[in-house]
Amino acid sequence: MAANQPLLQVNNLRIEFPNRRGTLVAVDDISLHIDPGEVLGVVGESGAGKSLTGAAIIGLLEPPGRIAGGEILLDGRRIDNLPYEQMRRIRGKEIGAIFQDPLTSLNPLYKISRQLVETIQTHTDMSATQARNHALDLLDSVGIPAASERLDAYPHEFSGGMRQRVVIALALAVNPRLIIADEPTTALDVSIQAQIIGLLRRLCRDHGTAVMLVTHDMGVIAETADRVAVMYAGRIAEVGPVEAVVKDARHPYTHGLMGSIPAVGHHVERLTQIDGAMPRLTEIPPGCAFNPRCPKVFDKCLAERPDLRPAGRTDVSCWLY
Amino acid sequence: MTKAVSDDLEIEPRLTPARRLVDGLRRFFDGDIWHSFKSSRITVVATVITLVIFLAALFAPLVSPSNPYDLATLNLLDAFTAPVWVDDTGAGFLLGTDDQGRDMLSAIIFGTRVSLLVGFASIFFAMVIGISLGLLSGYVGGLTDAVIMRIADIQLSFPAILIALLIDGVVRGVLPSDRHNDVAVWVLIFAIGISNWVQFARTVRGSCMVERNKEYVQAARVIGIHPIVIMLRHVLPNVMGPVLVIATIGLAVAVLTEATLSFLGVGMPPTRPSLGTLVNTGQNFLASGEWWIAVFPGLALATLVLAVNLLGDWLRDALNPKLR
Amino acid sequence: MGTMGVMAAFVLRRIFQAIIVMLVVSLLAFVMFTFVGDPIAQMVGQDTSLADRAALRDRLGLNDPIILQYARYLGNVVQGDFGISFRTARRVDVLLAERMPATLELALVAALYALLAGVPMGVYTGLYPDRWLSRVFQAVSLAGISLPTFFIGILLILFFGVVLGWLPTFGRGQTVQVGWWSTGLLTVSGLKSLIMPAFTLGMFQLTLIMRLVRSEMLEVLRTDYIKFARARGLSNRAVHFGHALKNTLVPVITITGLQLGSLIAFAIITETVFQWPGMGLLFLQAIQFVDIPVMSTYLILVAAFFVVINLVVDLLYYAVDPRLRMDSSAAGATG
Repeated sequence: MAANQPLLQVNNLRIEFPNRRGTLVAVDDISLHIDPGEVLGVVGESGAGKSLTGAAIIGLLEPPGRIAGGEILLDGRRIDNLPYEQMRRIRGKEIGAIFQDPLTSLNPLYKISRQLVETIQTHTDMSATQARNHALDLLDSVGIPAASERLDAYPHEFSGGMRQRVVIALALAVNPRLIIADEPTTALDVSIQAQIIGLLRRLCRDHGTAVMLVTHDMGVIAETADRVAVMYAGRIAEVGPVEAVVKDARHPYTHGLMGSIPAVGHHVERLTQIDGAMPRLTEIPPGCAFNPRCPKVFDKCLAERPDLRPAGRTDVSCWLY
Repeated sequence: MTKAVSDDLEIEPRLTPARRLVDGLRRFFDGDIWHSFKSSRITVVATVITLVIFLAALFAPLVSPSNPYDLATLNLLDAFTAPVWVDDTGAGFLLGTDDQGRDMLSAIIFGTRVSLLVGFASIFFAMVIGISLGLLSGYVGGLTDAVIMRIADIQLSFPAILIALLIDGVVRGVLPSDRHNDVAVWVLIFAIGISNWVQFARTVRGSCMVERNKEYVQAARVIGIHPIVIMLRHVLPNVMGPVLVIATIGLAVAVLTEATLSFLGVGMPPTRPSLGTLVNTGQNFLASGEWWIAVFPGLALATLVLAVNLLGDWLRDALNPKLR
Repeated sequence: MGTMGVMAAFVLRRIFQAIIVMLVVSLLAFVMFTFVGDPIAQMVGQDTSLADRAALRDRLGLNDPIILQYARYLGNVVQGDFGISFRTARRVDVLLAERMPATLELALVAALYALLAGVPMGVYTGLYPDRWLSRVFQAVSLAGISLPTFFIGILLILFFGVVLGWLPTFGRGQTVQVGWWSTGLLTVSGLKSLIMPAFTLGMFQLTLIMRLVRSEMLEVLRTDYIKFARARGLSNRAVHFGHALKNTLVPVITITGLQLGSLIAFAIITETVFQWPGMGLLFLQAIQFVDIPVMSTYLILVAAFFVVINLVVDLLYYAVDPRLRMDSSAAGATG
């Protein structure tokens, strides 16, 4: 039943950072999947482990961080334990990536054309001329005006928004089936954020590319994602269809998170706010990680860690359900 | 109003000195610096070697087998005795003797004393000049700053050894030649100190420019304390770390510069030899096979400089974890 | 056209700064020349009468106003007239011209060796900090920083000269005259004589270059564009040598350029150890004999080398970093 097989499957992933005072568990036993062509939003506060999960999937976890358990499957094939060289061929070709800061993602010393062409030629058999033509099409498709004149420009000659378009062109250069987009708009002006997200969504829909959209911005998720995974302190609190999570959240944390978005059209007296802050990785309490801040906490939450289980239209890790 | 301002300036709570010392020590041994020190075996070794060399130099008259300057104890018959493991005459000089029958080990210990004396004194001199000019430059700003920093730039683009050589040459020209040996040590300290002040000045200047506009400096002016005084009290603690690193690595550089000048024959005279002078003397006997006269002082010098460099490297990393 | 304009302005500014530096150095040289030691005493015998001395002093213009003397000095320097050596009674410019080929050949070979060995060693230790070969390189670099140059020379002389007898321990060997330039690069004995001095002189620079390349490499490898280059699936070779190495070049060029200048000054030590007949040895002898004209001329010459090298380094920046080539207005806009 290949048709039902998810594109990406993450099972019980655990990411650790050993240091001299012990081992920090940054991502603790999470499982998620992404179907072909689907946009999965991953939200959470900074330090919740969402970017690390993305880095682990493309195999670029920075030492001393390491995958300490679980597995990552692409098309049912394990990729978390591949040798560097094999994983490299998957990066860019099967799984592309877009990072937060477009200003620093491009090598300042090389022309855009060179960076595009080398990416294309790394993964295809195109000749230099073919690759250059393809690069031109790519720039065109990401909405760079007068692309043929801009092809041989240096990164510093572009604005931030334009640079992020170039980065998207680079990530989509050889049509990967999955893009890990890690806070792709956070560093940009608010006015440009919507354009970039719109562009990304349109291109991925046209090419049938799945996206793992990592962000802390629920607004972006609500507009873009098909499904959402909410992360808290290295664990998944809740995962489900975007509209269910936004309107009918079960986990008290998700609930609080949704209460903090100002909704257009609804008149709310005041936005709710979750008391306290996410615990540091060294101070995660036993039981449910959210228990110190949870308004509905009870005995079991302090003692036992809840697993992800279906509740309503979403999966929730909470003892209330 | 005056009262309120001076209360603001009282930052640290009053503790008895003993209590403060205990607290300070506890914080130090709990802290990252002590941990990083303990876990770097090579740094511990370097520290031990440095300490041994410093102590030997400090107590040279007590620890060395003989006094190399006491001509009465020298016996020309002992000249050119090989080190004890090569020598078969049973003369018993651990590292052999030089052309005048002087025990090399004693000469090296006393030579280290001279080298370290010049090294410490010149780096202290460089520190005083550097910190003063840095404070002046950072506080006064404007033309003063521009002039001082331009001089620093120009000087920095010339190797310290060249500047020291020039100063030495000029002093030779100014002083009558028979006086030169007596003042050699002061000339060296001055020349090496002058050629190493720039880094101190730059560091202090940077910190000073940050502090200059802070409110407490303005407040100090209001209550009639000279801003320079108050800045000294606040800028200096801030730059202690970097200054310590610069001084440690600077000590290694100063010892090397002194040794090089002495080796070139324009530093310490043979009547009061430093390690560099000893190598210079020994160089004459290389071809005839008495290698130990040059090699052992050279090894002592290299060990000293290596140990201090290691210490400085570690200190820099420990105080500034961002730079690896 | 904008690019050319910016470039021209930049070069002009640099040349102007260079002239200022040269004026300052020549003033220093002049002060030394004029006030240190007594040129009259150096030039005449003990039995010259006071009246004769005064006459000579007058004739040499030593009683003129200082400004006039400095102007005359500058005028002479520009024409290549640096005066007469007190010690050898020969023209200083001729003296230095004779010695220059020896020093330049030594410094150039040392610089080449330091670069050709130092850059790869730095790249390797930056890329693979935990491999055993990196640790060996690191140890070598520590020795290079800590071992005094003269001591390295002495150890080499001892082993390869005295014990093994493979290489000559002093001098330049046989030289060949090519025009006014005497080169040791064309004879076997000249090349053999060059090995140890060049190794000694280059050792310290090699260490510096290696350490610099290593730390720059570590720095660059942490940047976002390297992470992104990896995420695009580029091969390690393309990431390391295509992207990372080029970004380390700017600081490497600076330091290496400056080091080339200091090599000429550091040659003083190496030339003394190996009795290499270059400018450094001449300068050292000048110091010992208080031969002020030679000292001040050497100072000016070394400063000129530094200034020219600095200028070349600045121009190389332009070639490497496109960000410098843009108009200053655009630079302001993108930060």
